[in-house]
Amino acid sequence: MARVLILGATSDIAKALANEYAQHGYDLYLATRQSDRLDPDIKDISIRYQVNVKAFEFDATAFETHASFYNELDPQPDGVICVFGYLGDQKKGEKMFSEAHKIIDVNHTGAISILEKIAADFEHQKRGFIIGISSVAGDRGRQSNYLYGSAKAGFSAYLSGLRNRLFKSGIHVLTVKPGFVATKMTASLKLPPFLTAQPDTTAKAIYKAHIKKKDVLYVTGIWWWIMTFIRYIPEPIFKRLGL
Amino acid sequence: MKTTNWNNYPHTDATIIDASNDEALSNILSRTTSCIPRGLGRCYGDASLQSHILSTDRLNRFLSFEPITGTLTCEAGVSFAEILTFFVPRGWFPPVTPGTKFITVGGAIASDIHGKNHHRAGTFCEHIESITLKLSNGQISQCSLSENKELFHATCGGMGLTGLILQATFKLTPIESAYIKEEVIKAKDIDEIMDLFEASAPFPYSVAWIDCLAKGKQLGRSIMMRGGHARLENCKGLKNPFLLRPTKPINIPFFLPDALFNKWTIKSFNALYYHKKRTISKLMLVDYDTFFYPLDRIYHWNRMYGKRGFIQYQFVLPKPSSCEGIKKILNKIGQEGKGSFLAVLKLFGKANQNVLSFPMEGYTLALDFPLTDDIFDFLDRLDTIVLDYGGRIYLTKDARMKDTLFSKTYTNLSRFLTIKKEWDKAGKFQSMQSKRLGIL
Ligand SMILES: Cc1cc2nc3c(=O)[nH]c(=O)nc-3n(C[C@H](O)[C@H](O)[C@H](O)COP(=O)(O)OP(=O)(O)OC[C@H]3O[C@@H](n4cnc5c(N)ncnc54)[C@H](O)[C@@H]3O)c2cc1C
Ligand SMILES: NC(=O)c1ccc[n+]([C@@H]2O[C@H](COP(=O)([O-])OP(=O)(O)OC[C@H]3O[C@@H](n4cnc5c(N)ncnc54)[C@H](OP(=O)(O)O)[C@@H]3O)[C@@H](O)[C@H]2O)c1
Repeated sequence: MARVLILGATSDIAKALANEYAQHGYDLYLATRQSDRLDPDIKDISIRYQVNVKAFEFDATAFETHASFYNELDPQPDGVICVFGYLGDQKKGEKMFSEAHKIIDVNHTGAISILEKIAADFEHQKRGFIIGISSVAGDRGRQSNYLYGSAKAGFSAYLSGLRNRLFKSGIHVLTVKPGFVATKMTASLKLPPFLTAQPDTTAKAIYKAHIKKKDVLYVTGIWWWIMTFIRYIPEPIFKRLGL
Repeated sequence: MKTTNWNNYPHTDATIIDASNDEALSNILSRTTSCIPRGLGRCYGDASLQSHILSTDRLNRFLSFEPITGTLTCEAGVSFAEILTFFVPRGWFPPVTPGTKFITVGGAIASDIHGKNHHRAGTFCEHIESITLKLSNGQISQCSLSENKELFHATCGGMGLTGLILQATFKLTPIESAYIKEEVIKAKDIDEIMDLFEASAPFPYSVAWIDCLAKGKQLGRSIMMRGGHARLENCKGLKNPFLLRPTKPINIPFFLPDALFNKWTIKSFNALYYHKKRTISKLMLVDYDTFFYPLDRIYHWNRMYGKRGFIQYQFVLPKPSSCEGIKKILNKIGQEGKGSFLAVLKLFGKANQNVLSFPMEGYTLALDFPLTDDIFDFLDRLDTIVLDYGGRIYLTKDARMKDTLFSKTYTNLSRFLTIKKEWDKAGKFQSMQSKRLGIL
């Protein structure tokens, strides 16, 4: 039975992914901080799909624990989905480096720390898949959230390089760039409904892209058009916009 | 957010609170505002409406399943549709199901719902082993027949007024296939259909569709559908007896203009239905969706009634007065030229101990009326007949009953109020319906 490791399993997108992969017969390793919070979800998924689900303690910014965390997974997973992320507070981050630091640490450094260990193992075994949830925010820095955006940009660049490195070992790397998704992260924001995806449609799109071995996925697809347009605005004009 | 239930009447502007969010829940319960739980909004009226709604949308997890006994524990927002999806293939079926699968376990308990098997299986709550309830003081309490019994009997059928149901444990029924052995029989008038109901007592499921516009000698002409879960040996031609053949749902995307809805459309629909089901006493194998949830095939069929919505009127009369009372009501509908698309007749078994439970031994009839200016006065006139014959109206289908009728027909009301006072001291759980009916 194939086994997938989901990092940041309390996230709403991660919960939808757990259901989606379980539905397709995957056993699950769910990793997060305070993993006992997942108890009811574990029961639910095991009852629905009759797969094995286990929870593990994992903190993205406790870098020194990452090696032992991964080594203790037995048997080791066939694939990993890196979902954790931290939107943070842009304004706070501008004034307090600790907030900026946290945004970078969770979204970028933490992801690299754990995925490098997993990548090395997958490369050695010549099998596995790696899915990283980045964001459209990383496609161009904007004044409203460039700290988060720059961390996600770094993560996207990392995934692209990783894909390049692991291609010859037959390991599939998928970069997911959601636009807006209705989750805890965005609960306090007013999102335009027609540009906002639900966690379960996002999870379905991710699974489909994984099966099709896509490299980069925008959810929903319209975000590819929006970001392509935004990327092509010349900088002299872009810097004057209030985005 | 503008919110309304299945019959599109009434509407209210409500703040929706995610009942799975502990913080938000504690917050609302610690304030002075009242609130009401809401599941999938399949009740026909204002029972789950008010300005603050606790939505159980995300309280939707299965928590334990015992494959030997079929005992399931789940959160209150789990829908019957989900139970069917995951448990029919394993050979289990809800012990009682209403005519739609898009309702939640919490809603099923709060309305003490009944199905086509009431005469044999009782209500859904009669299969409940225990309930976990969030009380208005923020505490979580268990109730069952052996623990906090009064609270249990008030919560079953209590329309969300004792607290928020968080979880429930109940037993599913074992089945050998996803199919029903169905018999369809025509009855030429009300006496014949009532005889048929008596004769159908051994069948696990029975219900009749009654043509409300048939008059005179044909008054009460109807079609009975009865059956039971098909055994393995009934399903020989099928590859997998638990698999349904996929059928495409029909969608009604817009509200139909009100003018479309007149006596003639109803008349032709009724006549069509009556003659379509021509098969007499012929056995058929139909899947459970077709047998239990024919209306779910037509997504948003409620929009057929136009933007103004409709009223469903469901009453029950004690058995001895059922025949006379139903004749009187059908005649009244005929006289006043009011049509009903759907009229469903069923013979209930015995009443249970739940304080505000609807079913009593006798006949229940459910009628749909498009919302028009004169409908309320008309229904008040039907109420008089229901009262005269010792019956009552189903709270989950009610959007307009007067408090006087309610207190005269739900004779356990004062007991309910005492229990509610004890467990909901602050009177936090209130709906537009409970205010209208004076359940305070
Ligand atoms: C097509 C159709 C056919 C139907 N057929 C039948 C039938 O055959 N037999 C029958 O009995 N009913 C029938 N019904 C009615 C339906 O079963 C009930 O109205 C049921 O309660 C709806 O459940 P819901 O989850 O949509 O709850 P809602 O409509 O949202 O709420 C109904 C009541 O339950 C309360 N409630 C909901 N969740 C909770 C909770 N977690 N804790 C406490 N209280 C809660 C609400 O406060 C409200 O009082 C039918 C409805 C439709 C639309
Ligand atoms: N929602 C959107 O519109 C949107 C758009 C683009 C991209 N994304 C990305 O999608 C991913 C999932 O987010 P979501 O929308 O589902 O939001 P969410 O529900 O808020 O999830 C964020 C998750 O990250 C976890 N996390 C934060 N810091 C962590 C740490 N140090 N260690 C381990 N886990 C940590 C959180 O765990 P706790 O429960 O412990 O806090 C939480 O589970 C994120 O990477 C996000 O950046 C979201």
